[in-house]
Amino acid sequence: MTVKQLSVFVENRPGRLSAITKLLGDAGINIRAMSIADTKDFGILRLIADNAERALKVLKDESCSVTISNVLVLRITDRPGGLAEAMEVLYKDNISVEYMYAAFINTESNTACLVLRVDDNDKAITALEEKGYKLLSQNELA
Amino acid sequence: MGKYWNEEIECMDREQMKALQSERLVKQVRHVWDNVPYYREKMKEKGVTPDDIKGIEDLHKLPFLSKADLRDSYPYGLLAKPLSECVRIHSTSGTTGKRVVAFYTQNDVDMWEDCCARAITAVGGTKEDVCQVCYGYGLFTGGLGLHGGSHKAGCLTLPMSSGSTERQIQFMMDLQSTILCCTPSYAAYIGETIHKMGYTPDDLKLKAGIFGAEPWTEEMRKQIEESLGIKAYDIYGLTELSGPGVAFECECQNGMHINEDNFIAEIIDPDTGEVLPEGSKGELVFTSITKEAFPMIRYRTRDICVLSREKCGCGRTLVKMAKPMGRSDDMLIIRGVNVFPSQIETVLMKMSNASPNYQIEVGRENNTDTFVIKVELTDGMFNDTIRSIEELERKISQDMLSVLGIKAKIKLVEPNSIPRSEGKAVRVIDTRKLID
Repeated sequence: MTVKQLSVFVENRPGRLSAITKLLGDAGINIRAMSIADTKDFGILRLIADNAERALKVLKDESCSVTISNVLVLRITDRPGGLAEAMEVLYKDNISVEYMYAAFINTESNTACLVLRVDDNDKAITALEEKGYKLLSQNELA
Repeated sequence: MGKYWNEEIECMDREQMKALQSERLVKQVRHVWDNVPYYREKMKEKGVTPDDIKGIEDLHKLPFLSKADLRDSYPYGLLAKPLSECVRIHSTSGTTGKRVVAFYTQNDVDMWEDCCARAITAVGGTKEDVCQVCYGYGLFTGGLGLHGGSHKAGCLTLPMSSGSTERQIQFMMDLQSTILCCTPSYAAYIGETIHKMGYTPDDLKLKAGIFGAEPWTEEMRKQIEESLGIKAYDIYGLTELSGPGVAFECECQNGMHINEDNFIAEIIDPDTGEVLPEGSKGELVFTSITKEAFPMIRYRTRDICVLSREKCGCGRTLVKMAKPMGRSDDMLIIRGVNVFPSQIETVLMKMSNASPNYQIEVGRENNTDTFVIKVELTDGMFNDTIRSIEELERKISQDMLSVLGIKAKIKLVEPNSIPRSEGKAVRVIDTRKLID
């Protein structure tokens, strides 16, 4: 069970983030999770939208450089050690996490959601689900 | 030894020089007709034979030669002597990946070094001098050209080549160099480094510098002269013609004397090809009348320039060319290397099936050219991770280096972010202000 993530190439110059987020806002797209990876000259804005296809179209129409990748949205318990336990599951199965960030989604008050990009989605899904972890589907983001 | 290397030639009476040029031109035209089918075909196309060329007044009848001809005939097509009689090859970075390869017989090398010896003598070089050559040695003509000229002039020659600036300065001080030969931007950099190391011009014995292979301004001349405590002189040349020393500056520092006994200069209208009257601004065209292995007949340099026959204070009668004021094509000279935007396009086309949009930004920081190539990302080029983008930048940078011969900073930018004017992207932004 994976979720579509949009990655947008953003140059480091004033106003770019403002322009891109406004574009999505005006199109009625809600951002459910996001992060920015930055370097000296550019950044990559990664986001999970409630409607990935529509977000993609809106951004492409404005000729943004966008790419879609499949990531996992993992629900963990919001308590000390909650994340560590999930990471251990992946580590034991030799799955590498390329990057991860927190999501704005909160299905229950005592849980937190994370977006995970791993080197092997299928393997990670099996490992996590076997241990009883909940992975959110695209529909649950709407 | 006086202030001329070859007074007879350098101060020759105009009519005598014309007669010498005529005699050599007639011989040269016969030489290429007999030995280079490419020239013979070009002349036939224009309906000219060697019999039509009786002197320099007939020069305009001959067809032009362009960089495209050099490309088409690469590598041996314009060779006018058997390879067994050639002793040297030099090369420039050329258009769209293909280089210009020039051949030299021993006489050609001697002629070239003689031209460089004239340049060194004109700035005061004698056998009492120590001449430090920090142009790159190798295929590039700068290093070996001045090196040979320095030998000929009898200077103690320091073949340093470029780079290792602190070591250059150490040698300069320890061995008491008096003449410096390099690119003007490198001279400025040496000047700065000397100050950073805590020295002043008083710690040096330098008196003169010969700086060429890239455009520079009067402002830069002043700056170099102050930071090194020297007189700075310009030198002009092209690998196609031999290398540096086609023209050189004298003590008057207001234009470069063309070695007319070897190179006939014309100024033409770049659009019509028509020869322009003396003193007009136009494209500089050269005919090498003494080169044996690789003669150039009416070679279009693409440099925009003015010639002057005004009497020069140094006593030389050789015609003077002003610093080139621009180009009639889109070639850029960055850190002494010729760069054509089309080369950049070729590299990018090879990388991606969509042709990416790009822009070249050339500037100058601390007297060194900065060179940035902005490349718009296309869909296929982007895939989510920073690593992949940085790898892509590295890959483009490497490919550019191997084609252009110099390092460029690659900056990937968003699609459609490079400004277009009338639908066409602005390809080059040059903020160096190289022309006074």
